[in-house]
Amino acid sequence: MNLDLRIPMGLMFLIVGVIMSLFGFFTRGSVIYERSVGMNINLIWGLIMFAFGLMMFLLGRASDKRAAAEPIEGTNRPLGGRGHGIGH
Amino acid sequence: MDLTFIDWLIMLLYFAFVLGIGFALKRFMRTSKDFFQAGRSLPAWICGLAFISANLGAQEVIGMGASGAKYGIATSHFYWIGAIPAMIFVGVFMMPFYYGSKARSVPEFLRLRFDEKTRAYNACSFAVMTVFSSGISMYAMARLIQTLHVFDSIFLKFNLPLGWIFHFAIIISAVIVLGYIFLGGLTSAIYNEVLQFFLIVAGFLPLVWVGLKNVGGWSGLKAALPPAYAHSWRGMTSAQTNPLGVEWFGLAMGLGFVLSFGYWCTDFLVIQTAMASDSEESARRVPLIAAVPKMFFPFLVILPGLIAIATPTMTQHAMLQSAPTLNAPATPAPANDLSDPTKYGKGLIPAKVNPVTGQVMTDEKGKPLLDYDLAIPNMLLHYFPTGILGLGLTALLASFMSGMAGNVTAFNTVWTYDLYQSYIHKNASDSHYLKMGRWATVGGILLSMATAYAATSFNNIMDTLQLVFSFVNAPLFATFLLGMFWKRTTGHAAFIGLVSGTVAAVIHHGLTLPADAHPGIHGGWIAVTHSYPSEMAQNFWTAIWAFSTNFILTVIISLMTKPRPENELVGLVYSLTPKPVEHHMAWYARPKVIAVGLLALVVTLNLIFR
Repeated sequence: MNLDLRIPMGLMFLIVGVIMSLFGFFTRGSVIYERSVGMNINLIWGLIMFAFGLMMFLLGRASDKRAAAEPIEGTNRPLGGRGHGIGH
Repeated sequence: MDLTFIDWLIMLLYFAFVLGIGFALKRFMRTSKDFFQAGRSLPAWICGLAFISANLGAQEVIGMGASGAKYGIATSHFYWIGAIPAMIFVGVFMMPFYYGSKARSVPEFLRLRFDEKTRAYNACSFAVMTVFSSGISMYAMARLIQTLHVFDSIFLKFNLPLGWIFHFAIIISAVIVLGYIFLGGLTSAIYNEVLQFFLIVAGFLPLVWVGLKNVGGWSGLKAALPPAYAHSWRGMTSAQTNPLGVEWFGLAMGLGFVLSFGYWCTDFLVIQTAMASDSEESARRVPLIAAVPKMFFPFLVILPGLIAIATPTMTQHAMLQSAPTLNAPATPAPANDLSDPTKYGKGLIPAKVNPVTGQVMTDEKGKPLLDYDLAIPNMLLHYFPTGILGLGLTALLASFMSGMAGNVTAFNTVWTYDLYQSYIHKNASDSHYLKMGRWATVGGILLSMATAYAATSFNNIMDTLQLVFSFVNAPLFATFLLGMFWKRTTGHAAFIGLVSGTVAAVIHHGLTLPADAHPGIHGGWIAVTHSYPSEMAQNFWTAIWAFSTNFILTVIISLMTKPRPENELVGLVYSLTPKPVEHHMAWYARPKVIAVGLLALVVTLNLIFR
């Protein structure tokens, strides 16, 4: 299959992470955080999701570049990486 | 529920990505193998996460949270005993036969190993079950959306009747699941299952974190709960002294062996993801990779149930209502009256309310019943501010959809390969079967919708269906065990054994009754010859009886019938198949080494939470 899942998945987490952390940043000290025991959970968790998404995206892109290599014998997997690039 | 723009944005983004993945994969769907088997080209980690995500449907997230609130940490037996050993077994011992035999589905494996009738029986019962399960998932999701008033504000804004929310929820979930499977087949389903896996973790991990922080960490949680809640093995020697009402033998044999091996080792719903991986080596690793997150899932789905019980205040949360009414005048209820549900809740768990009368429902002793299924949804509402609430709700919806999607892809494969190609239209072109697979997806979704609507008009349909599934599934593992590990097993024996196992399950159910239940759907509809301490004990023993009947009859009939020549069984039976080569792998990558490590880990977890 020629679409590395990590690219769209990374993008989704990245975008949701940005939205949540920005929202969290602008609502600092708001009463809505009484629910989450005083923690600005939007900012904290948004940043964690952003980092995870970015990591996935970069890993997917990295293996995308290796996708031109020959597949390992007996599998459809390219040499040196598990992922595949888009549209090759 | 007060959702804001930000919550909707997160939810919409998720749906856009889900469908986007389907569109991106469409151009790779050239043959039926691409569509039904993901081209057998996916890496092990993706299949591994999809392997548990396919099982992470409605019953998992909502049901395990509910069970955590009801029974405590003992619920983790469903993971540590009821899943991990079976997942290890299927990876180490059974996957070489599924993957290596070139069978395209589990029923097809039965035809290769046994005969046509065994396959036909398994394919038909399986196809029916997948459609119904997917319908049950759909129904549960629509009910939950209604209960939580997710769409109420939108419907009010556009002046639409609130009674349409149920239909809207059914249609929207059907269209999305149909869309991405129709476009991208099994690959799309698997990719989305992985996406859903990460989303569920992302949505529930902060819930546990915030919840635990509020109740004062693990020690605070333990202090706020009855002592039995924090231990999984206390009182397991006798059925009377533990919350599950099951003694250790019934638990180990019924759940740990018969039911769990019957599900994880034979159900095409999960096996299909492993069979989509890119090599036999990867296929064997799939269940082993899946076992790691599975082992820690109790902390994600059971713990919120415990926290829900321990959370001090009971404010206004979702309670089941027959129809959501807006601006209903709040009539103060008189004291000591069952019409005030807020008085009978426990932590965040509300009392169960009869949707018709509005009264609190009670058991036979007059004790109010609690609506444990709302444990997780109420946790989300209680602890999540807007923003992350959108994420949590999306995770909840994702869990319903992944359960639905796995069933639909299993259905379209079994229908097209095992029923249509085998009995209705042989020797057609590959593109014909690809087209059939797409339309089978549509058919499967339509049948699921029909099931969901049937569930709204017949109160007991969900319990009845689940009961029937348990009768059909209970004996299955004996057939696979004997088929793969005893070359003498014959097709006639397998078929008769399977059918008799199901009959034995039905008879056992008809003759026994759990304590405190009336004869009927709960059992005892023939005569009551034995009474079990709990319904769970009855379930486990029904499975044990079905398995044993199948096992014994298959052995006896095999000995009386003529076995197949050994050369036909190479690749299908353990003793006649060359062992998978492992010496080129690093020692730590070998399935058996990983298996031992996983077992050690699960024993450790049990010791910590004993």
